[in-house]
Amino acid sequence: MRAISRRLAWTRAAMGAPLVLLLVLFLVYPVGQLLLLSIYGDNGFTLAQYRQLFASSVYLDVLLITLKISLVTTLVCVVTGYPIAYLISVVGKERKATLLFWVLLSFWTSFLVRAFAWIVLLGRNGVINKTLISLGIISSPANLLYNFGSVLVGMVNALLPLAVLTMLSVMENIDRTLPRAAATLGARPGMAFWKIYFPLSLPGVAAAGIMVFVTAIGFFIVPALLGGRRETMITQLIIDQVQQTMNWGFAGAISVLLLVVVLIVFAAYDRLLGLSSMTGASAPRNAKPSRLSGPVARAGDALLTLLGAISDRIILLLPSRRRDRNPDQAGLGLQAFVWTMLLVISAPTILMIPLSFGTGGLNWPPQGFTLHWYETVLNSPVWTQAMLRSLLVGIGTGLLAMLIGTPAAFLLVRSEIRGKAAWLAFILSPIVVPRMIIAVGLFYVFAQMGLVGSALGLVLGHTVVAVPYVVMTMMAVLRNYDTRLDHAAQSLGARPFATLRFVTFPILAAGMMSSFLFAFATSFDELTIALFATGGLNATLPKQFWDEVTLQVSPTIAAVSTCLFVFMGLLIFVAERLRRRAAAR
Amino acid sequence: MVSSSLRIRELCKRYGDFVALAPTSLDVAKGEFLTLLGPSGSGKTTLLSLIAGLAHPDEGRILIDDCDVTHSPAYDRDIGVVFQNYALFPHMTIEDNIAFPLRMRKVSDADARRRTAAALETVRLPHVAKRYPHELSGGQQQRIALARCIVYRPAIILMDEPLGALDKKLRDQMQLEIKRIHRELGTTIVYVTHDQEEAMTMSDRICLMNAGAIEQLGTPRDLYFRPRSVFVADFLGESNLLSATVRGVDGEGLDIVLAEQLAASRAVGNGSRFAAGEPIKVMVRPQNLMVGEGGQLSGRLTDVMISGSLTRLYIAPETAGLPQLVAAHPTRSGSAPYEIGQRLSLGWHAADAVAIHDGKGI
Ligand SMILES: Nc1ncnc2c1ncn2[C@@H]1O[C@H](COP(=O)(O)OP(=O)(O)OP(=O)(O)O)[C@@H](O)[C@H]1O
Ligand SMILES: [Mg+2]
Repeated sequence: MRAISRRLAWTRAAMGAPLVLLLVLFLVYPVGQLLLLSIYGDNGFTLAQYRQLFASSVYLDVLLITLKISLVTTLVCVVTGYPIAYLISVVGKERKATLLFWVLLSFWTSFLVRAFAWIVLLGRNGVINKTLISLGIISSPANLLYNFGSVLVGMVNALLPLAVLTMLSVMENIDRTLPRAAATLGARPGMAFWKIYFPLSLPGVAAAGIMVFVTAIGFFIVPALLGGRRETMITQLIIDQVQQTMNWGFAGAISVLLLVVVLIVFAAYDRLLGLSSMTGASAPRNAKPSRLSGPVARAGDALLTLLGAISDRIILLLPSRRRDRNPDQAGLGLQAFVWTMLLVISAPTILMIPLSFGTGGLNWPPQGFTLHWYETVLNSPVWTQAMLRSLLVGIGTGLLAMLIGTPAAFLLVRSEIRGKAAWLAFILSPIVVPRMIIAVGLFYVFAQMGLVGSALGLVLGHTVVAVPYVVMTMMAVLRNYDTRLDHAAQSLGARPFATLRFVTFPILAAGMMSSFLFAFATSFDELTIALFATGGLNATLPKQFWDEVTLQVSPTIAAVSTCLFVFMGLLIFVAERLRRRAAAR
Repeated sequence: MVSSSLRIRELCKRYGDFVALAPTSLDVAKGEFLTLLGPSGSGKTTLLSLIAGLAHPDEGRILIDDCDVTHSPAYDRDIGVVFQNYALFPHMTIEDNIAFPLRMRKVSDADARRRTAAALETVRLPHVAKRYPHELSGGQQQRIALARCIVYRPAIILMDEPLGALDKKLRDQMQLEIKRIHRELGTTIVYVTHDQEEAMTMSDRICLMNAGAIEQLGTPRDLYFRPRSVFVADFLGESNLLSATVRGVDGEGLDIVLAEQLAASRAVGNGSRFAAGEPIKVMVRPQNLMVGEGGQLSGRLTDVMISGSLTRLYIAPETAGLPQLVAAHPTRSGSAPYEIGQRLSLGWHAADAVAIHDGKGI
């Protein structure tokens, strides 16, 4: 008896230890180091860094701008993402697959590629200026780049897919009969939406809001490429401190400031809605009443009723709709809106394709046809090395994250361990801590370990940021897994290992494949960690892309963008195929 | 008492090429309890959602109290629906769930509270008002769904397998409850089930559906004793179906010859026309197949099963061309035990042998 429980304890430890070790060594330690650096100078404890931080309003202004950009981005993403997610959740199977493909394509297309596309699109000789001029709306090119608007467009394009997918995961679980039930009980469409559907979808809205906000606050690609001096965000300050002045202490102090802001946001979120709703774990079916109580809840209810009544008035005012309209069909206005939005977020990257074959540089419209830019890329060792390295690091990250994450997911779902919520929070912390802070901390620690520039260091760093997604995916898969199948196999004489090999893993294969792909794609598009940890001939593809783009905007980059875009499109297609084949079984 | 009549004319619903409901006409009287019965996929839910306005018909009309509602939206139809999965709003308390239809109808707060309490009283769950749906058992949720439906006194109530998820005992209890509420309110009810016993005990009339069309519509007695087709005879209760040929027709009765026998016997028609020489099926219910009497047939006992109050005998007839037969009689304690392989003679009263057209009914 004792021996068995002993062995069980060892097995559990072996399943969870690799993940814990990874996070302690490459998340807790580096971030802790960085934070320590901010209060320890050459002469011991000092608050000098913080004094400098608050001495002038410069840094606080940057913080305010960061918050403003993040907040507006979040608002726009949630408000425009909601109808998209809604439409995807209600349409039939085939249309859903099409809509989802475009969202996923955008989601997986590199942030860099998308930001670059906007530079070209909004440039003086870009599509928009040329079109406006040829329409006679303006006479000379307008300055569309390097202002708040261009940053906002880039940020929304970058984060809208995330918002849509987060809300979608909640909306898909809303029982479709509920709004119908409301209709039979006398609720007009507006009322049924605002009083029934909307409150049930709120956890998704909240989760999308916080995911977008936290990602936005740690973003630097878009403001650096599309913003002017006045749109500098706080992460850019950290980069400057590390790359230009090597001032670790001050970089640490800024990181602390950023971290504190993020933690305050999370604490507020937890107070209001509960963190558990973030992972979408609480299905709306047993949605707990929100923590808002008493007068706030009553006011909210009254507001929803008002919104419902107003919407119904508006619907009544609309030119009388076709009487024989199928009640299940989404309105034309909604469909038009969603397709417009999908076009807006996909078009820039697609417009890159003709430009990459043109001889006229990046000016619109494309002229001639040449493969010159592709040849340049393929003949340049810097680019081919970068591609190879990114593939290698991506595969390594995918494998490592899966190997470490899957057992941990098993442990969290299948066994009763103490403090499960705390463990889960710990495992998810790489998502919460801004990527930039992790990257700078890792750079510092890697420098001590001699891992800077090595593929191993990159794989480890990327695994830290990819592993939470693997654990979450596998936990979801395992929750839906019918453990009776295992018991059946065991009753048929299969020993535990044989059960795993012949029953459990084959059934879980689709989930493992998609978490592998997720980890691969995360690594393949990762720039923040690669920004410091690599360079020159050992740069990854995003890093090489970044170096080129910050130097000059050339058609070569359009060619690379096109390659990346096609590669990701193929990957999603294959992943989707695999998923469907697994689902059909 | 509010209740309305419902008329359906040539209503049809297709999904692509698939006909979920062939053009169907149906009248439901004020205050009637009509059950839609049929195997899975026969179009019951489809018909119900068309009536409720949750799906849109491809053809046909729906009239409530002679008023055409084919194109009215669900919220304007004054129809109550009890959904199969209850469809209680998870983010509202039981009280708010029940008051929802009243709020939608702008009933004053005080009035709404009073009527909500009364509805909870009717389903005998006054103590759960402040709870949330997930804090109730399946049977309780079911009753709340019912309360939410009756609280605004819709003229017609539609119920889609409302008792599907409940265990036998709770189901019997709820059946009585629904019947009581039907009696007290006098509402027109259209009820869906695929439990034939439930249909027989609860309904004024049963509408038996098959493959998207009505197979037979009538009182439970009609369907049980005068099935119009082999499908109906088979679906409702156990039956022995013997092939036979019509020899002659006189009024209600028929002269028939069973299978390959030469001797003639008698049967009654099921209301449709028969012609001499026509091959038919004759239905005899197990409880009407008497062992050791009459003697139209003989056979060997292959199996005996005692299921509480009934004893079932499985018999292989000696006449070629007849399937295995089942005879049932009340279980008696004192009688001599049966022996497998024993030869038995079987008979029935002519009035219990019902002639049915072979193949599809007309
Ligand atoms: N949205 C749909 N798209 C395509 N086919 C459908 C759809 N809804 C129903 N059907 C088909 O229509 C037929 C009738 O379905 P319906 O739900 O009315 O059956 P039912 O009699 O209620 O069955 P059950 O007793 O299983 O509930 C079925 O064959 C079903 O597959
Ligand atoms: Mg059904």
